[in-house]
Amino acid sequence: MKQLFSFIKKEFLHVFRDTKTLLLLFGLPVVQLTLFGFALTNEVKNAKIVVADYSKDNTTKQLTDKIEASRYFDVEKSLQSHKEIEAAFKTGKIKLAVIFPENFNHDLMHLNKAQIQIIADASDINTATTLTNYITAIVMDYQRQMMKDASIPMTITPEIRMLYNPELKGEHTFIPGIMAMIMLLVCAMMTSISIVREKELGTMEILLVSPFKPIMVIIAKFIPYLIISFFNVTSILLLSVYALDLPIKGSIFLLYSESLLFIVTALAIGLLISIQAQSQQTAMFGSLMATMLPTLLLSGFIFPVESMPLPLQVISNIVPSKWYFIIVKSIMIKGAGFSAIWKETLILGVMTLFLLIVSLKKFQIRLA
Amino acid sequence: MNVPVIKSEKLTKRFGDFIAANELTFEVQTGEIFGFLGANGAGKTTAMRMLCGLSIPSSGKATVAGFDIYQETEKIKKNIGYMSQKFSLYEDLTVMENIRFYAGIYGLTDAEIKEKSEQLVDRLGLHDSAKKLVRSLPLGWKQKLSFLVAIIHQPKIVFLDEPTSGVDPVARRQFWDLIYRATDQGITAFVTTHYMDESEYCNRVSIMVDGNIRALDSPANLKKHFSASSMDEVFHGLAREAKRTAEI
Repeated sequence: MKQLFSFIKKEFLHVFRDTKTLLLLFGLPVVQLTLFGFALTNEVKNAKIVVADYSKDNTTKQLTDKIEASRYFDVEKSLQSHKEIEAAFKTGKIKLAVIFPENFNHDLMHLNKAQIQIIADASDINTATTLTNYITAIVMDYQRQMMKDASIPMTITPEIRMLYNPELKGEHTFIPGIMAMIMLLVCAMMTSISIVREKELGTMEILLVSPFKPIMVIIAKFIPYLIISFFNVTSILLLSVYALDLPIKGSIFLLYSESLLFIVTALAIGLLISIQAQSQQTAMFGSLMATMLPTLLLSGFIFPVESMPLPLQVISNIVPSKWYFIIVKSIMIKGAGFSAIWKETLILGVMTLFLLIVSLKKFQIRLA
Repeated sequence: MNVPVIKSEKLTKRFGDFIAANELTFEVQTGEIFGFLGANGAGKTTAMRMLCGLSIPSSGKATVAGFDIYQETEKIKKNIGYMSQKFSLYEDLTVMENIRFYAGIYGLTDAEIKEKSEQLVDRLGLHDSAKKLVRSLPLGWKQKLSFLVAIIHQPKIVFLDEPTSGVDPVARRQFWDLIYRATDQGITAFVTTHYMDESEYCNRVSIMVDGNIRALDSPANLKKHFSASSMDEVFHGLAREAKRTAEI
């Protein structure tokens, strides 16, 4: 135990002595998150929208004026039919349509509640979400003003329809994607490089001649990167909640447990690469090819898996980050519990076990 | 000096058709400096790796420090030190950190580590450099440090694989002084080298040619037997018969 501790301490010394790597390890999550986060949730200005007012009363006029006054929208008033509006969406002329139904005023006066319909072009998810949020805010604001003057509460409910992408697939998916990428980078790449470095330096032989067990070498290599990865997961989650306003809907404990599983997957991949690679460069390129590329291209992070050609869809199933991506997305965005993601967890778990067994076996053979 | 600390009997290593080490039979006595000579590719490193437990022999028997090399490798590992051809300290760690790390993985207690590391720094006169990165030390110092680290756990035998390659004659002489001091404490040194002048420093020398041990005796006896004036002549006389040249 004490031997293991000496070894782990040494591994940490390596990490902390190399300032460039250190900067990469801890700075990368922040940089990536900022880049993806702010590039994607950019605020929208002067979006072209249509207001179709079939009610034409005082309330709708005031609301339309309020929307028009906002700098976010470029309003065109027209009385188009649903078909014409949809055609305008298809050609990309408008991003959003606000429709006051004919009975809007009547409902509001007699039933104290009315609905407005908001239709957004959700093929561009971020813009659609931002715009509908703005409109909703304006409507709510107007409603508060009305309440002050009136004695009875009146509610205006915006009924939102996301055109083309009703489930808002892909919303904030960059966070789970970045988590997968960072963990692969830190665990798979750094572990493989640090093991191969011992081979290159010749220190591996010294370790093998010592009473220190090979399995312990692996454990000692794993632990520092495991701790760094947990640190990174935490910093990504803090940033996404506090800087990007993207709440975690599901259980944090579940999220961390699944991340631990994926970290072990990444470490196993790193170990496997380190057994094959003879130089640090090979280990680095090997890790990039084996982890980063599939994660970027096949996990669903950037390109939805559903829209890939069938052969690629099949191949994507063997990419571990795809499953982790689905798991994190479900927990963070949908607030799913374990019962909803046990299948993905099982697949990832089996993959990890397989990778670990293969790499440990190969590691033993190499010693002989 | 009559207890064999290494006993090898017909130790053989084959890689496919290639016989890297062929039926090596020899004994190394406690406290002696045993030179293992041979041209590149003669099989020195292979033989040493088998004795250290890094490589499994194809056939033959051997014991190291009284333990069987097939069955008791874990016990052997506790009783040997090893310094490889490649420089084996971590360049991005300080002198002290390297010492503490190696002492740590050999399971020394904190008190022992403290005592040993002070002794070691003392012996090398490295007080000013103890907190410096190993990278900044000259090669001669690095090799001395490497050797002392290899015997930090007081092993019965220390295996040295061409320990002095690449350093100047003065540093080599100093390095050998360290080996003598270690053997005075009862540590046996098993040294491979291709510097013939160094072989004169050994108590006994074995010369390997093409995987076979061709000669084994004290330098003085070898010179007499081959009627040569120096070990260099002895070696070249034997090495001329060599057929293979490649490093294994």
